[in-house]
Amino acid sequence: MSVLEIKNLQVSVLTDAGNKEILRGVDLTIRSGETHAIMGPNGSGKSTLAYSIAGHPKYIITEGSVTLDGADVLEMSVDERAKAGLFLAMQYPVEVPGVSVSNFLRTAVTAIRGEAPKVRTWVGEVKAAMASLNMDTDFSERNVNEGFSGGEKKRHEILQMELLKPKIAILDETDSGLDVDALRIVSEGVNRVKANSDLGVMLITHYTRILRYIKPDYVHVFANGKIVEEGGPELADKLEEKGYAEYITA
Amino acid sequence: MSLLTSNYLTPHGREEEWRFTPLKRLAGLHDLSLDVADHISISSKAALAAGVSLTTPDAAEFPPGYASNDVVTNRIRQNVKKISLLSIDKDIELSEPIFLKRSCGNTAELSRLVIQAGVNSRATVIIENNGSAQIGEEIEISLAAGASLNFITLQEWDRDAVHVGQHHAIIAKDAQFTSYVVSIGGSVVRISPTVEFTGPGAFADLYGIYFATDGQHLEHRIHVDHNVPNAKSRVNYKGALAGNDARTVWIGDVFIHKGADGTDTYELNRNLLLTDGARADSVPNLEIETGEIIGAGHASTTGRFDDEQLFYLQSRGIPSDIARRLVIRGFFAEIVSKLKSEELEERLMGRIDDELAKVGE
Repeated sequence: MSVLEIKNLQVSVLTDAGNKEILRGVDLTIRSGETHAIMGPNGSGKSTLAYSIAGHPKYIITEGSVTLDGADVLEMSVDERAKAGLFLAMQYPVEVPGVSVSNFLRTAVTAIRGEAPKVRTWVGEVKAAMASLNMDTDFSERNVNEGFSGGEKKRHEILQMELLKPKIAILDETDSGLDVDALRIVSEGVNRVKANSDLGVMLITHYTRILRYIKPDYVHVFANGKIVEEGGPELADKLEEKGYAEYITA
Repeated sequence: MSLLTSNYLTPHGREEEWRFTPLKRLAGLHDLSLDVADHISISSKAALAAGVSLTTPDAAEFPPGYASNDVVTNRIRQNVKKISLLSIDKDIELSEPIFLKRSCGNTAELSRLVIQAGVNSRATVIIENNGSAQIGEEIEISLAAGASLNFITLQEWDRDAVHVGQHHAIIAKDAQFTSYVVSIGGSVVRISPTVEFTGPGAFADLYGIYFATDGQHLEHRIHVDHNVPNAKSRVNYKGALAGNDARTVWIGDVFIHKGADGTDTYELNRNLLLTDGARADSVPNLEIETGEIIGAGHASTTGRFDDEQLFYLQSRGIPSDIARRLVIRGFFAEIVSKLKSEELEERLMGRIDDELAKVGE
């Protein structure tokens, strides 16, 4: 049982015009097995929340705390956060030229598990995970995210999540840029990991579409850098119908 | 000063071809103010295969096969009494590389090496440069019709070495010349890989990797002369720089003469700056006298280390030092993987790792 606790998180980003405040006091607790949908209009700070938790150097934490099972996440380096059990599936995964997917995955798994995976079982493990995400085997010889289609990038993110076995995963607009088939495959991947590992999920999305495939336990409406309304799955239905207008004008 | 050497004016640093080079650090190689030993430093690391020979004939027996406008090259030609000659007989196909090494003495050296690849021969020649040296070097490489030669030079010198060289390839009809210039060690390394074609269907594929750290000056001056129809050339050099006064220079001159119809050429240089205080100069230059060509282009980029790549890798649990190593290895992999030799690839990647490790110190 793991708990990610975010308390009064305030975050700024340094721009040419000075410090710009983006998160204005976020409170959120995610436990193992729970799925929290974070929904909100563009520019509300959803991605900032994701990247701040992962430790992107661009974001400056000005107030508040983030803990994972009591340990201070904000004191950890980016790789230590991953080792502690956090995973961020990125909206725009980064290309790493000249580094093959297989080399990347092996290096990451070795770092997370603290020892190199056994060659024999490892190859099978990767193959099985790739097959379940409808990925060709030659995929592992390609360079990380280089020349990947939008769908391939997202599948590759979920593949990593499946192999790295985090405690809490943050999925940042994983549904963006996916057609219906890819969305279903990616969602099934998330559900499979959840079923196998009691994963806690923070699902950041603009649209309710993905919630048909990944059922949230809680829905949080995000606007202006904080959570403005919370509820169960029925809140998503309301958003589907009425949009974010009332939160933006408020 | 002898009559001969006065034919070639000593550069002062304002000349176009010398303006990037720190002449004061050349130990007199450019003006011959240094004492030069009559010493042949090239030898083979292993027994040579049948059909391959390495000898040291009198220089007079092997007059230069091309005119060079390089001051150091011309002074080498005037001064060396004996040359090193590597001959690969016609139709010889070698599965193992010819591995040469240099053992330079304590005194400066001028060296002329002639490599002759016979008709339809196929071979790989590797020259390994280690230790300390002050060397002016000319390598003249002739590929007869249909020959295929991989030519690899490894500049793994100690940090006080000075190396000024011209590697000139003369490529006949349907011959293929592939070169890899790897410059990692040395205080000053200034190599001019130059190419000319003598028949159609000739192909030059020129690769280079270099990694300059604190105070190193690594300069590569490519010149490809398209003077016959239907020849092809590709140039791809990649370099990394880190530390104070790490300096690299890449000049890529391609000249397409009138009558060189059907020429196909592309050259590329990429530099990766890992820290402040380093400087990379990159000067591609294309001159075209005929419009009847297949293609001619160039690209040059110099950029900083991409922190987003580092963040991505670290967010998967990979510690920053390993992440940096992955990215740098990835940067060079495009070229290193073309060597098609696991042993050589590992050796080079190991050297790159070593250079990278120095950055953190």
